[in-house]
Amino acid sequence: MSDEPAPTVLSVDEVSISFAGQGGPERPVVDRVSFDLHAGRVLALVGESGSGKSVTAMSVLGLLPGTATVSGSIRLDGGELIGADAARLRQVRGGQIGTIFQEPMNAFNPVYTIGWQIAEAIRSHDPRTARAEVEARVAELLSAAGIRDVARVRRAHPHELSGGQLQRAMIAMAICSNPVALIADEPTTALDVTVQAGILDLIRRLRDEHGTAVLLITHDMGVVADLADDVVVMRDGRVVERADAATLFARPQAAYTKALLAAVPTLDTLEAPAGRVAPRPAEDAEPAAEVRGACIVYGASGWGRRSLTAVEDVSFHIEAGCTLGLVGESGSGKSTVGRALAGLVPLRAGAVRIGGVDLTTVSARGLRAVRKRIGYVFQDPASSLNPRLTIGQAIAEPLRLHTDASAAGRRTRVDELLDAVRLDRDFAGRFQHELSGGQRQRVAIARAIALNPTLLIADEPTSALDVSVQASILELIRRLQDELGFACLFISHDLAVVQALVDDVVVMRRGRIVEAGPAEQVLTAPRQPYTQRLLAAAPVADPVQQRLRRDEWRALNTADDDVEIVT
Amino acid sequence: MTVANTVEGASVTARKTGFRHVVTSIRGDGWASAGIITIAVFILAAIFAPLLTAIPGQNPYTYHLGLLDDSGAPKGWGGGISATHWFGVEPLTGRDLFAIVVYGARTSLLVGVSATILSVLIGVLVGITTGFFGGWYDRVMSRVVDVMFGFPVLVFLIALTAIVPSSIPRPLFMIVVIGLFGWPAISRVVRGQVLSLRERNFVVASTAMGARPGHVLFTQVLPNVTATIIVYATIMVPSMIGFEAALSFLGVGVPPPTPSWGRTIGDAVGWVQTSPMYLVFPGLALLLITLAFNVFGDGLRDALDPKAVRR
Repeated sequence: MSDEPAPTVLSVDEVSISFAGQGGPERPVVDRVSFDLHAGRVLALVGESGSGKSVTAMSVLGLLPGTATVSGSIRLDGGELIGADAARLRQVRGGQIGTIFQEPMNAFNPVYTIGWQIAEAIRSHDPRTARAEVEARVAELLSAAGIRDVARVRRAHPHELSGGQLQRAMIAMAICSNPVALIADEPTTALDVTVQAGILDLIRRLRDEHGTAVLLITHDMGVVADLADDVVVMRDGRVVERADAATLFARPQAAYTKALLAAVPTLDTLEAPAGRVAPRPAEDAEPAAEVRGACIVYGASGWGRRSLTAVEDVSFHIEAGCTLGLVGESGSGKSTVGRALAGLVPLRAGAVRIGGVDLTTVSARGLRAVRKRIGYVFQDPASSLNPRLTIGQAIAEPLRLHTDASAAGRRTRVDELLDAVRLDRDFAGRFQHELSGGQRQRVAIARAIALNPTLLIADEPTSALDVSVQASILELIRRLQDELGFACLFISHDLAVVQALVDDVVVMRRGRIVEAGPAEQVLTAPRQPYTQRLLAAAPVADPVQQRLRRDEWRALNTADDDVEIVT
Repeated sequence: MTVANTVEGASVTARKTGFRHVVTSIRGDGWASAGIITIAVFILAAIFAPLLTAIPGQNPYTYHLGLLDDSGAPKGWGGGISATHWFGVEPLTGRDLFAIVVYGARTSLLVGVSATILSVLIGVLVGITTGFFGGWYDRVMSRVVDVMFGFPVLVFLIALTAIVPSSIPRPLFMIVVIGLFGWPAISRVVRGQVLSLRERNFVVASTAMGARPGHVLFTQVLPNVTATIIVYATIMVPSMIGFEAALSFLGVGVPPPTPSWGRTIGDAVGWVQTSPMYLVFPGLALLLITLAFNVFGDGLRDALDPKAVRR
């Protein structure tokens, strides 16, 4: 622990939370969790989905649904919060404790301006503040939150701002009454990595300048390494391990923490990745997929509608059996390229060729034949499986479409495929909502490889999954590729995940290719400033290394420190 | 990889689906159970109308002028209620009111349910195709739906009955006409659902696997709107029954002497001062069946919605 003991602001002692089941017994979700929040320090509450970390944080604010039962003790500056009356809790919420939510887009009311909403927050705690004083305070808060264009932002409605600007405005609102503590619930999960670095920097500054205590809830070990002073690891509602950040990352004690850290894909910029050796085919061999000069425009048809150029002049090719990583932030057009490869979006100009067939000129029948050779894996496995079909039916769909196998033949193949993705054969009779996220993604992969495709398009296949599950899904894709030899287009925003899997990398930004080349070159010695910034912004799960990377990122960003733009 | 295995291996609690779950759910809902029982009683009564009216030995066509007084009103209490005439008799003719109500259920249910089926078929077909394919087809069909919504159906029907030859069976004519004008609402609802389903990944995935549009439409999209369709159809039946009754009330429905609730109610309005029971029995039957369908439809919607929380 630290040498100079900082005063304890918030103390959570032996808190247990359970929810009333639907007619059944009480379901405990948090079991005797204790931690202390100190002034000027960041405590990270780490865990995977379902570990009870968010529920614990919400119990501090008394924001749990009526079905929850909370026991134990939560003291803020010595005053008990459990069982406190509504007036006291209102005073705490937004007064003594500020909250930053995960999705800034949903946390603001869309019909009011940002300035109005922050002013409302100020007045709700001090109704007699003079109008001019409130106005001045709003401007002050917004600039304190690192917004440069204060005059415009305060007059803007939420939809007119980018995610990063909204999150800054949200932080401005959270600190409006000089709270002693901030609760940040996954504050950067919905944001791009370059924006995330800026937000984390802001939270760090608040801690240092105002001595605010921060309770950071996250699943991202990189964010923890970047920001946290103390860490509490939670699993299934219990505290598994607690330590200061440096100790936790250097010498994790609990087996769960060790496994969690091991599962984090590391972006190693110092040495070449120990990736597999890709089979380089002969020079004259036809590439598995080729995109040449592709332009994709959305919303162009119809009178007087505004069109949006999603992809402009993109060219690359994937050799048979190789993996190409398509990297970029949200809105860079990387998913659109993936869809174009499956013939799902029309091209304005250029060509897409799959195994020598040009998708822009092929007939509808020819396109269906091409799709037989393509497997597609989506980001969100829950939405890519039809909720009304069983797992077996879902996996058998490509077989029904493209083969004349009998029902028994299909069942045999479904069993084989379930074996291939390491799922129990019993799963064939279940529905998707009975499966966990990782299991669903395995089903989606089984469906994608059902016809031995020559190309697998994986669009952010691990982004919606917990980190330990993510590692096993990546491992599965790698193993299947070795066995089946398909080419793979791997779309991701996570550079570490990409590095673990791919041979070549294409970096996209705002619909254009910024940089392309072999993975070892682009990810270790990038030539373009944007790629360098992207690499530096991605936090790594090591506090010492992350400090170095942070300085590197700051140096790169001196020119333009807010790289996001709003169109 | 121990973590991965344990985390992934954790099974998610199963949620009940399927027909059995719906039955259990309806059974737990008192109003919905009452609704389905009422519907069943009415359907059985309609099917076995001859047997049922044979118990007191009545039929809806025989005149009993002896049971009427000089002004044509039924003699005795409650419009002539007796052991042989359970609901009393009709003024002016003396026909048995119980038989009229029971046989009237045949007309009402036949027209109501058949017109609903026709409407649902057309509405679903239009809604699902317009929502899925979009483009000029959607634009044209949506304007057609707009026109149908603004159409003065009742006036049109009254005019139509004047020119339609009487050789066409009147119940069939009513089914076709009511059905053809009833589909726009359900097509709008289905189109809205399909519009959002079309963007869902499992629909895109199916297309990416090389499925034809027809396959995507019927195996991926349709199963996800069936719950809506079933519930909407249940709620449509009473409005169709009401529409038939309204047409018969106005004198353009099924021709006499075929019993019909709407026409009986229409006739009874003139007798409400002297023989109120003449209005009460067919009115009550109409109220009960429409209420039952509505309540059952509500319960069905709750039962089919996996997100609905049981209260």
